Parts: sequence; structure tokens; C-alpha cells
Amino acid sequence: MAILIGGDTRLVVQGITGREGTFHTLRNRAYGTNVVAGVTPGKSGQDVEGIPVFDTVEEAAGATGANAGLIFVPARFAADAIYEAADAGLGLVVCITENIPVKDMAVAVAYLHGSGTTLVGPNCPGLISPGKANVGIIPGEICSPGAVGLISRSGTLTYQIVNELTQRGIGQSTCVGMGGDPVHGIGFVEALERFEADPQTEAVVVIGEIGGSDEERAAAFIRDHVSKPVVAYVAGFSAPPGKRMGHAGAIITGSSGTAQAKADAFEEAGVRVGRNPAEVAELMRETLRG
Amino acid sequence: MDLYEHQGKELFAKHGIALAESAVARTPEEARRAAERMGGRVAVKVQVQTGGRGKGGGIVLTKEPQEAFDAAERLLHQGFNGTPVTRVLVEKLVDIRGEFYCAITLDRSAGTYLAMVSNEGGVDIEEISRTSPEAIRRANVHPVIGMKGYAVRYLAGHLPADAKAGAAGLLPKLYEVLTAEDATLVEVNPLALLTDGTVIPLDAKVTIDDNALYRHPELAALRSEFPVDPTQARANEQGLQYVKLDGEVGIIGNGAGLVMSTLDVVSQAGGKPANFLDVGGGASADSMATSLEVVLSDPQVRSVLVNIFGGITRGELVAQGILEALKRVDPKVKIVVRLDGTNAEEGREILERAAHPTLVPAATMLEAAAKAVELANAGEGA
Repeated sequence: MAILIGGDTRLVVQGITGREGTFHTLRNRAYGTNVVAGVTPGKSGQDVEGIPVFDTVEEAAGATGANAGLIFVPARFAADAIYEAADAGLGLVVCITENIPVKDMAVAVAYLHGSGTTLVGPNCPGLISPGKANVGIIPGEICSPGAVGLISRSGTLTYQIVNELTQRGIGQSTCVGMGGDPVHGIGFVEALERFEADPQTEAVVVIGEIGGSDEERAAAFIRDHVSKPVVAYVAGFSAPPGKRMGHAGAIITGSSGTAQAKADAFEEAGVRVGRNPAEVAELMRETLRG
Repeated sequence: MDLYEHQGKELFAKHGIALAESAVARTPEEARRAAERMGGRVAVKVQVQTGGRGKGGGIVLTKEPQEAFDAAERLLHQGFNGTPVTRVLVEKLVDIRGEFYCAITLDRSAGTYLAMVSNEGGVDIEEISRTSPEAIRRANVHPVIGMKGYAVRYLAGHLPADAKAGAAGLLPKLYEVLTAEDATLVEVNPLALLTDGTVIPLDAKVTIDDNALYRHPELAALRSEFPVDPTQARANEQGLQYVKLDGEVGIIGNGAGLVMSTLDVVSQAGGKPANFLDVGGGASADSMATSLEVVLSDPQVRSVLVNIFGGITRGELVAQGILEALKRVDPKVKIVVRLDGTNAEEGREILERAAHPTLVPAATMLEAAAKAVELANAGEGA
């Protein structure tokens, strides 16, 4: 099983002919992902090492049966790329692009509500179901197939923790990098819902960091709805308090968004919290043995 | 990008919001002349990108122009909370009957905007939100439909009867500022009801989304008006994220999460991080050399910890990058290097073979942190 992507994923890459797009498309294909098409406006009829390129996602999906999209287009065109993927009926869209204006994402995320399209990202490393499919830029070499699901706001920190797991012989069902933008697609709660329902997943690692209140909401969701064991990590205990302009953010969250507040929320929900990446993997090993 | 109050108010005016008469002064003499024009009774307000001005002595009420001159002279000369001050705002004093608070900002948890109006205003709005949360009305504003009349009626509904209409007229204009200017925060504290019955913003805190500056060239041009630390500027030019802290262990890593985690591990090992430096995804020789230069330019640094996770960038390339960087920089302190991830072993071998005198290899994050802290402490004794 795994979540969101697997052996049945048929991927179309938007922005396939760009430098990053080509590089990561070929890496994803080399990993075993079924990359069926690419899209670059005006380059229809060309191919990237045998992957056919189309003008629109609609045409790509119609011709190849693509069911998932991966976006590498520049920030100012990225929101449109998300709309295009959703309108073409793709069930999953993974947006790697960073620096997309918040206003564009607020409207895009609102548009996707109830559309049947799940968004991962933006500003994220993508996701991987080890041994099955890799969609994005997570290095497949550090992952191994197994029973631990992982959801994270971070990039390289995710790799670090996945690597610690793999080195201890703990494989992963799916690793999801949800990205660090304030307005984003899939979050901790939506991923936890899917991991809870996924037969391959036996336990979950949640990797959070300072800012916002995603971790606090994840903790409440785990307490009420997740039966599988969860181990958490929060980065940023010694991060400097950001220079704050207004008070509105603190009024909304009712907390300062500190690492300590987030770790406390997890522990109150019965989630064990590792103090560093190695300890997260150790706690997971104990959990799986238990 | 956090705007100065006067810049925020200029945006307010552009969108049709009435304000008290004011003028920007860059010299004490300009402040005196502005105060003279306004009749002497003015507020001289320091222009900085942070809050806490009222409590910190950054707002001076005056009765005559000479006092405005003196206040401006002091603020321009002394700076505010360690920040240089290039200008003050001289604002004509108004007769206030009531003070409230309002803000529109991004609600991360809902993925939409949130508008808030408090019928108690003044300095300590966070305290108000804790002690009397019922004073603050909130309404999510859906980005597709915008701020509708019913939301405005609800938001302003608990204000005194004579302030309702004025506030209700103001809120949609503030929302227009937020969306038209790509702001992520528009905050007014206090929102004032004047004795003549009008409701006006006495302050303006506006944050513009950096990622949207490309479609607002006039706002992007404001960047050059804010004070920038030269080291910071240098790091930013190279695409590095650098934040100076006050400890002794310099830290370089790739990816914000991993760097934060490295700071935490160094603290847990009993050290104090000297900085946060995210070299970005690649960690090339070029970016590594600049990173080392930036971190070592801090005289407090007694050891450096380089923590790189090779993902797509392979370990041997990272190792070569570090050695290449050391040809360009001549560090006086030891550099603990910890490589992990793709081809990390090859990378470690390259570093070992080079046997550079300032490099101290470490196998894990925890070992690296312990070594860096130990070296920083030893350096202190020497």
C-alpha cells in the first residue's frame, strides 16, 4: 500500500524541459517511478529522453492516463500550474516550486477544496514510497521500504531522520515533505489520517519546527484519532525569537509557536518526542520492538 | 518586508483611508518646522521596523515646536533599541474619545485571512487577548469572496455605537490594502474614535510578502530605505540565510530545518551557537567559502561546526567544496565537519586524505556538536 503514491502512479511533470525539471524527472524515473508525460507550453511533440512533452496537462493526461502531477515551473506561474493540474482531473499534485506569493496560494488552496485533487507543497521536497515511486527531489538512496510513515515540514532535516531510520534497519512506507509555506496543501493531520488507514504503515514520525500551530493541531488529532504509535521531533529550541512586527499572529495561535510549546503539546497527547534526529530513530526502534 | 509606520500610512492613504495630518522628518529642523505648521501639539514617532515604541520611549508628545526638535534630535542621534533611526514621523495630535484595535492577517491554520477587531485598544493587545478574549471579534475572510458586509457588521458590532459606522467603513479599505499590496499583515493599534466622530488609524503596521515584490516595483524599491547589517547583506547576496546570535560556536548547515536542529544539538551539548547559517541545497565550493568567511567575520566565534547532509549533492562534492573553500579562507579556529547522506563515506575519505590542520572530522551530529563545543571552550581558556 503506502499513501498518495505507489506502483499505480502515472506521473506528468509540469516544467519538464527546465534544468531542474529534467534533472529530477530523470532521477524519479531511474528510481522506478512511472513518468508518462511532461508539459511545457510551446514544446508539444518534443520528448525528454523518450518522455513525450505536451502543451497542456489536459492533453498529456488524455494521451497517457497520467493521474499525478509534479510541478517545477517558476514561482510566478506555479499557481496557474496547480489550477491546470486540478482542472485536468489529476488526483495528486506535488509542487516543488518555492517563493510563491501567499495570496496566490490562499486562492489556490481554496480552489482545490472539494476538487478531488490533493496538493503536496509548495516549497517542498515532494514524497517517496520507497521501492515503489519517488515524486520530487528526496534522494531515494537514503530510503528503504518498510512500515514507518513520515510527514515533515522540512527538507534536509527529513533526509537526516530518514537516514537515521534506514541505518537502524527501519524502513518507510511513505515519506511526505509537506513544505514550509504558511499556506500549503496536505498537512500533518491529512497525512496522519491516511497513515492511520494504510495497512502497510505501523507507526508514524512527525517532524515539526517553530512557527504556526500545525504541530499543536497534529497533537490534538493524534490524541483523538490515531491508534498507531507516533514519534515526533521539533526543531528550533534555540532559534532566536523572530523580530516581530505586529501582535496579530500571537493572538491567533494563543501561543508563541515555540518549539517547547509544540513538544509539550505532543507529549500531552502521548507522543514521544526525540531531542535530536538520532533519538527519534531510537525511539522508533523501541516503539516497533515494544 | 516590514514597513515603517509612515510607509504603511502612505498605502492607507492611497486606498482612501483618512488619517491625521503628518509629515516625515529626517532632521530635527524638519521636525520643528512640521510641528510649527501643525500648531505645536504633535507626536514625534520614531520610524523603526519593530513594535514596542510606546513603551520604549519612541513616541514623544510635544506642546511646542522646539520640543519636537529636541525629541527628533534625540531619536535620530541615539537610535531605538540598537537600531539606527533615519527618520521620525511628526503627527498632529488629535482629540481621542475611544481606542480600539484591528488587524487583518494570514491565518495559517485555516489557510485564509483572518480579521480581528477589539473594542479595547492600546499598547498591550496580547494581554487583552489573554485576559478578556471576548473583547476581540474574529472573522475569517475567504480569499475568493473577500470581505463581505455581514462580516464587517459582525466585526464592528461590539464597538461603541458612535464608532461602528466609521470602523465599518474602514475595514474593507484595510482589506483592500492587504490584497492589492500583497500584504500578509495590516494592523492598526490604536484605531481611534475622535471627538468629531471620525474613526482613523493612529498607527500602521504593514508587512509585505517578499515573494510578491516582483509585482510591486514601487514597494520593492523601499528595500534600500531600511538599515542592513553589512555581513547580513553579504550573506544574502550569495543566497545564504544568516542570522547572528551571541554564542561562540559558528554553525553552517544545509536546509533551514537541519540548521535549526544543529543549533539545538549544540545547545544540548552545553555550547552557545554564534549564528544560524543555511548554505542552501547545494553546498558548492563557492557558497561554502562565503559561508566560512561570513561566520568567521564574527570575532566571538571560537569553533565552527559544518553539518551537511548530502542529498542530491553527493558527499564527495561537498568535501571538495570544503577543501576548495579552505584555499580561499584561512581560519584561525578549528572547523568540525560532519558529512552524512549520499556518498558520505567517499566525502569523509577525501577530507581525511587531505588532513587539513584546521579540519576536525566527526561521524555523527551529536559527536560533531560535542567536539565543536569542547573546542570553543578550550579556545576560551587559551
